[in-house]
Amino acid sequence: MDVTAGWYLALGAVLFVIGASGMLLRRNALVMFMSIELMLNAVNLTFVAVGRHTGDLNGQVAVFFVMVVAAAEVVVGLAIMIAVFRRRSSASVDDLAMLKG
Amino acid sequence: MAELLLFIVFGSIALIGALTMVLHPNPVHGALGLMATMLSIAVFYVVNSGHFIAAVQVVVYAGAVMTLFLFVIMMIGVDRAENLEERLPLQRPLAIGLGIAFLVLIVLIGSNAWITAPASAEAANGTVEAVADLLFTDWLLPFEVTTLLLIIASVGAVALAQFEPTQRQRDEE
Repeated sequence: MDVTAGWYLALGAVLFVIGASGMLLRRNALVMFMSIELMLNAVNLTFVAVGRHTGDLNGQVAVFFVMVVAAAEVVVGLAIMIAVFRRRSSASVDDLAMLKG
Repeated sequence: MAELLLFIVFGSIALIGALTMVLHPNPVHGALGLMATMLSIAVFYVVNSGHFIAAVQVVVYAGAVMTLFLFVIMMIGVDRAENLEERLPLQRPLAIGLGIAFLVLIVLIGSNAWITAPASAEAANGTVEAVADLLFTDWLLPFEVTTLLLIIASVGAVALAQFEPTQRQRDEE
């Protein structure tokens, strides 16, 4: 039985949905952030799998750029989280309701 | 045959790791689960002939990013119990329902043969040389712009780390 690109696309879809539901269900800011990373990884997997199917390397270059952006995002996001934690000592996103009218 | 075996073994590891991250109450276990998922995705990159991307995945994602995550989890404290009580009454059932609907939609789309490009005879070989060849010709401008992005991100992180609340902000709390 051959493993085609469709198998990897299905696995990527399942991983993406797990990440999206983690984003919606959890209240811990760090876990929500990790869910975003999982979604990015699922999309990267589909890029590489389709790139192999079509014999095109541009998908892998796109994955490289996604990784750069994700690294920058993690640096800034975690810095914001620590700055928030210093003032509110809580990692729960529900406690950040200062803008609520 | 070998590829099928690899897909089954590392696909299950990736799924178990992802589910651990979402369902386990302790964020440290979640981070380790996500690390397992990222390493199995690196294996899939190798199988799909993305050799350079697989190395970057292990070094940058599973190495640097997840270490940073673990570091921050340790700083912020893991013993605090998470309050899972929802303030929006419909959030949880809606989230689960929409997640299932989204999965069904993706499977429906994916079960149709929508990859229109024909399967290529020659395999894409993502060696360092081949990827660099594309990166420094067609993608040169985006590559240069990422340097700007990284500088802005590091300056921003330093600025956030040095932030001290002023006296007025302290009084307001």
